[in-house]
Amino acid sequence: MPTIIFSQSDQSATEIEVSEGTTLMRAAVSNGVAGIVGECGGQAMCATCHVYVDPEFSAELDEIGEDEEEMLDCTTAARTEYSRLGCQVKMSAKLARIRVSVPNEQV
Amino acid sequence: MGAINERVVIIGGGQAGIQLADSLRAQGYQGEISIVDDDRALPYQRPPLSKDFLTQGPAPEPLPLRAASFFAEQNIELRSGLTVLSVDTVRRSVALSDGSTLGYAHLVFATGARNRQLACPGAELPGVLGLRTLADAQQLQQALGRARQVVVIGAGFIGLEFAAAARARGLAVTVLEFAQRPMGRAVSTCLSDWFAQTHRDNGIDLRLGEGVREIRATGNSLVVGSSTGDEYDADLVVYGIGVLPNIELAQASGIHTENGITVDAALRTSAAGVYAIGDCAWFPNAFSGSRTRLESVQNATDQAKALAEVIATGSGEYAALPWFWSTQGALRLQIAGLAHPEDTPLVLGEMRAGKYSVALFRKGVLTAVESVNSPADHIAARKLLASRTEITPAMLREPGSTLKELAKRAVLIGA
Ligand SMILES: Cc1cc2nc3c(=O)[nH]c(=O)nc-3n(C[C@H](O)[C@H](O)[C@H](O)COP(=O)(O)OP(=O)(O)OC[C@H]3O[C@@H](n4cnc5c(N)ncnc54)[C@H](O)[C@@H]3O)c2cc1C
Ligand code: FES
Repeated sequence: MPTIIFSQSDQSATEIEVSEGTTLMRAAVSNGVAGIVGECGGQAMCATCHVYVDPEFSAELDEIGEDEEEMLDCTTAARTEYSRLGCQVKMSAKLARIRVSVPNEQV
Repeated sequence: MGAINERVVIIGGGQAGIQLADSLRAQGYQGEISIVDDDRALPYQRPPLSKDFLTQGPAPEPLPLRAASFFAEQNIELRSGLTVLSVDTVRRSVALSDGSTLGYAHLVFATGARNRQLACPGAELPGVLGLRTLADAQQLQQALGRARQVVVIGAGFIGLEFAAAARARGLAVTVLEFAQRPMGRAVSTCLSDWFAQTHRDNGIDLRLGEGVREIRATGNSLVVGSSTGDEYDADLVVYGIGVLPNIELAQASGIHTENGITVDAALRTSAAGVYAIGDCAWFPNAFSGSRTRLESVQNATDQAKALAEVIATGSGEYAALPWFWSTQGALRLQIAGLAHPEDTPLVLGEMRAGKYSVALFRKGVLTAVESVNSPADHIAARKLLASRTEITPAMLREPGSTLKELAKRAVLIGA
């Protein structure tokens, strides 16, 4: 099963093993990763699951959809080229040990 | 900050109750916190239950409100599977279904709402189901796997969400709605009409002005008889005809109730040290100026946050902007502010393209914005409405003007 490493701005990190198809948001919310809220339940409608994906993995991700694109412009912490909505990134084998960092602010 | 033995008892571990416990700790509240919830499951989010949960595959997992480890980590006592049977507001204690009692310094009703039951003959037949809890959703998800034709009673948000999910699974779907429009008084008429048409284009047989008269069992399937005398075969009937607030326990304790548990702007009920939040609260709405009861995640979450401040610091009130979302198949609706069918609409964008917003004005001033597949409009509208920036139709009619631009101009959204 692939692993996700969520890192916080204070350098602490949480490693979570999930089954394929699980989104980064669900993994974070189910395991109590601080700073990921998931207020809309994963509908790409709230932008409270914003994460920065480690550059090493950005090429492996599916493209940003239209809905996600629009919401990424509404995140509380600044958007960068590595910004994604955690609820729109599904885990797969090629993302094994993906690193993502959690912004300081979501709401 | 709450003495160590100053206990907060929260009745209900739903969206509001769990957020309250979390926000109390975030506010530095150090007293004991006990949540009593009659659902046995780890507290979960309800919105996905009428959406992805029904389309995701054989054994979907609910989305928890907090991780299982959260409660111990935050020193919050969660007593699941227990009901609060009575409240003594003089002795300040509650009695639970396991025979125990809990004393409180602060008591919070976060009891939510339950489905209004169908009243027609046959309402109790197997295969006639409602949708509120995880157990309901699990039952429906299994029934959907066997069903071919479903009849949905009620074209409110949950009815339409369910209908769209069933349609996405390839089932034949008929929706009966007693009123002339779907989603009744909660949206503008132009939006409601557009949704009706779009659901029909998508193959849903939406019957407006037609209520249910009776349901009969015939062999393995059901027949739904409607108010127009038509009959519909179904192997599953799902109703979504509104909810009733859970206020009986408060009533029996002598607490004042109307269309919900009556609270003031600080979410206090008529009894000392007793509060109500979420779906069950009848509160003074800072935006409409009248009392209201709202069933939304926003309302539950923001009231919980406001009450945490009231309890932890002794001051504060609830004044957040209402907003809401509903996902019906590919249609993603978001509403900022409270929409009324009587408001004057101005459509922004192309309805035909399925991506637009409806700005609603009362006496020439923007009061609500409904957005379809336009989340950026929604977020901008929330900022504009919450800050009470005055927006007129003329400002939105200017060439190139968008809600986002207006919000930026008001220096609300960073560049
Ligand atoms: C299927 C569905 C889809 C939804 N979709 C959306 C959506 O897309 N967007 C949106 O904004 N909102 C949506 N909602 C509404 C939203 O989920 C509710 O507004 C929200 O859950 C209200 O939170 P609450 O804590 O007030 O009540 P609830 O979540 O209902 O929690 C109340 C809890 O209290 C318990 N309880 C009651 N009485 C007692 C007692 N005496 N003792 C012990 N426990 C008790 C109840 O069993 C329940 O567990 C949806 C609701 C449903 C059912
Ligand atoms: S959970 Fe709301 S946008 Fe991802």
